[in-house]
Amino acid sequence: MGNNIAYGILMRYLSFFFNCLILVLGAEAHTVNVCASCFDKDFQSAIKNAGVYDTIILKQGIYNSINTIINKPLTIIGENFPILDAKNQDEVISVIADHVNLIGLDIRNTNEGSIKDYAGIKVYKVKYINIINCQLNNTLFGIYISDASHVIIKGNHLKGLNYGKSNTGNGIQIWKSDSVVVEDNHSEGHRDGIYLEFAKHCIIKNNLSEQNFRYGLHFMFSDDDTYINNIFKHNGTGVAVMYTRRVQMINNKFIDNWGDASYGLLLKDMTGGLISGNTFSNNTIAITMEGSDKMRFEKNDFLKNGYAIKIMANCMLDTFMLNNFSGNTFDAATNGQLMDNLFKNNYWDKYEGYDLNHDKVGDIPYCPVSLYSVIVEQMPYAVMLLRSFTVDLLNRAEKNIPSIIPETFQDFAPMMSMHKR
Amino acid sequence: MFKISKYVFYDILRSKVIIAYTLFLLIISCGLFIFQNDISKSIISIMSIIMIIIPLVSIVFSTTYFYNGYEFIELLLAQPLSRRTIILGEFIGIAFSLVTAYLIGVGIPILIYAANATGTVIIISGIALTLTFISLAVLASVATRDKAKGIGISLMLWFYFSIIYDAIILGILFAFSDYPLDKAVIVLASLNPIDLGRIIILLKLDISALMGFTGAVYKEFFGSNFGLIYSISIMIVWIILPLSISIKIFKKKNL
Repeated sequence: MGNNIAYGILMRYLSFFFNCLILVLGAEAHTVNVCASCFDKDFQSAIKNAGVYDTIILKQGIYNSINTIINKPLTIIGENFPILDAKNQDEVISVIADHVNLIGLDIRNTNEGSIKDYAGIKVYKVKYINIINCQLNNTLFGIYISDASHVIIKGNHLKGLNYGKSNTGNGIQIWKSDSVVVEDNHSEGHRDGIYLEFAKHCIIKNNLSEQNFRYGLHFMFSDDDTYINNIFKHNGTGVAVMYTRRVQMINNKFIDNWGDASYGLLLKDMTGGLISGNTFSNNTIAITMEGSDKMRFEKNDFLKNGYAIKIMANCMLDTFMLNNFSGNTFDAATNGQLMDNLFKNNYWDKYEGYDLNHDKVGDIPYCPVSLYSVIVEQMPYAVMLLRSFTVDLLNRAEKNIPSIIPETFQDFAPMMSMHKR
Repeated sequence: MFKISKYVFYDILRSKVIIAYTLFLLIISCGLFIFQNDISKSIISIMSIIMIIIPLVSIVFSTTYFYNGYEFIELLLAQPLSRRTIILGEFIGIAFSLVTAYLIGVGIPILIYAANATGTVIIISGIALTLTFISLAVLASVATRDKAKGIGISLMLWFYFSIIYDAIILGILFAFSDYPLDKAVIVLASLNPIDLGRIIILLKLDISALMGFTGAVYKEFFGSNFGLIYSISIMIVWIILPLSISIKIFKKKNL
């Protein structure tokens, strides 16, 4: 019995000793310089020779990196953006170990093609990865996070390989991951600027996503994500978000998404999200929503869009409060007669009501759907009569005696003046 | 010819109606610019007013003036002047006074508050509309000797171009909504100077909405240089065609 206790104590001391040893060894992780005149000239062999938790400093220069696999915890720091070139043959860097930091690298020229998702940086089945201040040029996929968690992607500039062509990949793709922070990135010229699928608990913040072939931001099945202060502009079709619950989109800007099938924000089968403080301006359709329930739209500005909201009749229990609608050609359009959503205390610049008791809330409800928007919905060519006198007459007649426009689609307490932000 | 125009112009100035019209336009456009913070909104309001008021005033005023000045025309006919010169002289005189009124009433406020491409397009299409409807008025006036009938015809023309035509278009679009109508709508728009003017102005303003749908068709067509030349020439046709028809009628008319 006593023997056993003594043995236990001994083992405990021994393990403590070994732990200390590992810590000391760890603290002595080396720093390796790589450059044309250094001892290590080659990036790939430097990684092969490096120990765990070593730091590799890449000096300015051009290095071949045809699918360099990082299979141990390493910190790789680039000085003055050393170029890692895959020469259009494969991926540039694949990370398959935890605790890897990639800082200040210039990653270029992945292979293209549809057999494999060639990426500038691919992160696969790992944890605790930081990708900071890198530049990615001419990559099929930029940063590709798959099956990973606790990843920080910050301050990167990603340029896709094709402008105006469809066979590009996504700028930042996050697939089946958890707890990823995407911050201060600039993604352009890809298929989707930022793409998330099955990515939970992510924060997407202060990014600029522009001139992507398809969407600025695209996510599906990505619950509990937060999008703050991002700018999505000049993308092929804007931002599309689908099949997701509990999303928060706060203070983003959706700008200049023009075209036949363009919109600022497409919501499809979304449940229970908050969309607040966003600015939608100069989009063909600011928000188009389908099958989306229990969404809250608060304090958003809808300015100078073609349509401010296009809300299909299968959307239920959504609330629109304290928004500004100004300069939109059509405030709202819908495809059915029933509307089970709440509109309250929004400002509509086309509101013509009065406020007798001076409580700043209009005394008669505002109906944002006009007869003409119903007509245009059914006969798109009728847009040639936009702002014609006849159309005004028809709208007025319909407003006084509604027969075609959905009567339940009303703002019951419209504001008399614009909400100050 | 220009001597006749000069007399017509002085005569119109004496009637004070033109001054009232100028002041009316000036007050409306200045008011819209001053009391509306958003310039593009006031431009849209001005456009809506222009599209109704200018054709109406131009056509009614010209027809009335033509009939009221019939004795003067008859006097001129006794002189060695061709009938063509007389009609053109009348037209230019009325046109000069109404265009001047428009330029002072709408042109100056636009130059002050919104001197850009949109403003230019509004000024140009306003002038074109004025001329078109004077030309239509001349046609209505030479068509019949009866003053009441002439004014009736011109009112009907205004009513047709600003209200009935659009309703007809709606009907056509509804009836043929299963067919591709890209080219048809451009033709339909060209057949009405008011619609044409409105679409050209809107392409400068509401591009976003128009872009989204079939608007892409308009944008592609009217937005291009060819489309600009096309629409300007269509407008010129709309001015010249009724005028030349009325000259033809007036030449053969038994007075």
